[in-house]
Amino acid sequence: MTSGADETRQGHRYVRSMAGWWHRNPVYFWYMVREVTAVGVAVYALVLLAGVVSLALGEASWNRWLAAMRSPASIALHVLLLAGMVCHAWSWFAIMPKTMPMLFVGGKRVAASTITRAGYAAAVAAAALLVALAWWLRP
Amino acid sequence: MRQIEIQCLRYHPVADQAPRWQTYEVPFTDDMSVLQGLQHIKDQLDGSLTFRWSCRMAICGSCGMMVNGEPKLSCETFLRDLFPGPVRVEALNHFPIVRDLVIDQSDFLRKLESVKPYLIPGKDPEGTFLQTPQQMEQYYQYSKCINCLLCYAACPQYGLDPEFIGPGLMALIHRYNADSRDGGRAGRMELINAEQGVWTCTAVGYCSDVCPKHVDPANAVNQNKVNGAIAWLAGPFRPKASGKP
Amino acid sequence: MTTLRLRPSRAPLLWLLFGAGGMLAALVGPMLVFITGIAVPLGWPLPADLLSYPRAMSFAQNWVARAFLLAVIALFAWHAAHRIFHVLHDLGWPTGRLAVLACYGTAALVTVVALVALVAVGA
Repeated sequence: MTSGADETRQGHRYVRSMAGWWHRNPVYFWYMVREVTAVGVAVYALVLLAGVVSLALGEASWNRWLAAMRSPASIALHVLLLAGMVCHAWSWFAIMPKTMPMLFVGGKRVAASTITRAGYAAAVAAAALLVALAWWLRP
Repeated sequence: MRQIEIQCLRYHPVADQAPRWQTYEVPFTDDMSVLQGLQHIKDQLDGSLTFRWSCRMAICGSCGMMVNGEPKLSCETFLRDLFPGPVRVEALNHFPIVRDLVIDQSDFLRKLESVKPYLIPGKDPEGTFLQTPQQMEQYYQYSKCINCLLCYAACPQYGLDPEFIGPGLMALIHRYNADSRDGGRAGRMELINAEQGVWTCTAVGYCSDVCPKHVDPANAVNQNKVNGAIAWLAGPFRPKASGKP
Repeated sequence: MTTLRLRPSRAPLLWLLFGAGGMLAALVGPMLVFITGIAVPLGWPLPADLLSYPRAMSFAQNWVARAFLLAVIALFAWHAAHRIFHVLHDLGWPTGRLAVLACYGTAALVTVVALVALVAVGA
């Protein structure tokens, strides 16, 4: 900002507003979409919290939780939560290379895209592990 | 010759209360940059149009401006790619406008002085420093910054919090921390771990997208979140950082 | 020589929690949502009685399972709290003490409730 003396000589510097910044550029918009996936993560944490609390309170409350999870509204919600989680995972591994120092393999720089794809591979492996676990635990 | 419409956000610091758009019809050839378009306007149509430029070859960093809402160097943005237009040209975002397309960079320059942007030797090398190609590769890309401020125009967190040190200066801090000849890392950690250091960044990543020199400031900032967190965790177990030159 | 007035940040701990929660959510989030929210309730492709009370209890008696559940619930909550707090800031909403309490306070509450519930389940 200019001082009082500068104002008369140089005039007034114009400061533009940041209002609505996030929908004026597609890059900013998709950044907001990425950030908002956190709401889905929060909702699912609360769903699981409700589950463990219900389990701790006994069979009747657990069965009420199960019944709620079987409702069409809950199924629909979880389809949305699934989309949100996939969006989170996709964008998470896309930005992950930015947090890492330079990596070298055999003297060559490891590209960011390679790191991202390794992340996706790890996510697929983790998902497969969970399915295997659920299958192994089946009655 | 083909014509293209260039719209410039005009502002006079004494005569105007607020900026206003002014439209010009500019004849152009396929080799002309936006900068050359502005120079045609100034030379032939409206001598009052005010903008910074120098090298015309994307190395001085003077001609940064918003072209159709994106931070660009006007000397390496071509009218043929923007045809049929209109081309909207505005002063770089997130900085106060001094006049027309000229911004007030004094915030950046003030901070530039304060980040210790020079080698602070650790051990005396007893002669010259020796550096392997891989050691140089650790910092070289961060040394290519031309201070064009496109990354600041891209960074919404700088726009929301002008106290943020910002992507360009974090890249510069990292350039010295990553240099094997430097021993001043501990002294710069206070800058990194400040709220206005890395912690204002939310990894939008647009800064790296717009950098004309592929410095990747987003990488410089975000890898220092890890370094800063490690330093913070180790804090109680470390002797007080000196690092004063 | 001008000097920056720098405020030291408490952000590193919250960022580490955000990062751990985000990584966990990216790795196990989608499949957990699918299994618990779609597959088992629908009874396909996993059996509906995978989460019957006896099976859920025997699964939850295992301390590794309880630690995993606590990690998922708590870290998802801290991740979301940090990101939502920053979304509020990005939208220009006030981010004073009330916002801090609403976001990080909720995450702390979720952590404590989950811990108490999981200890109770194992008892």
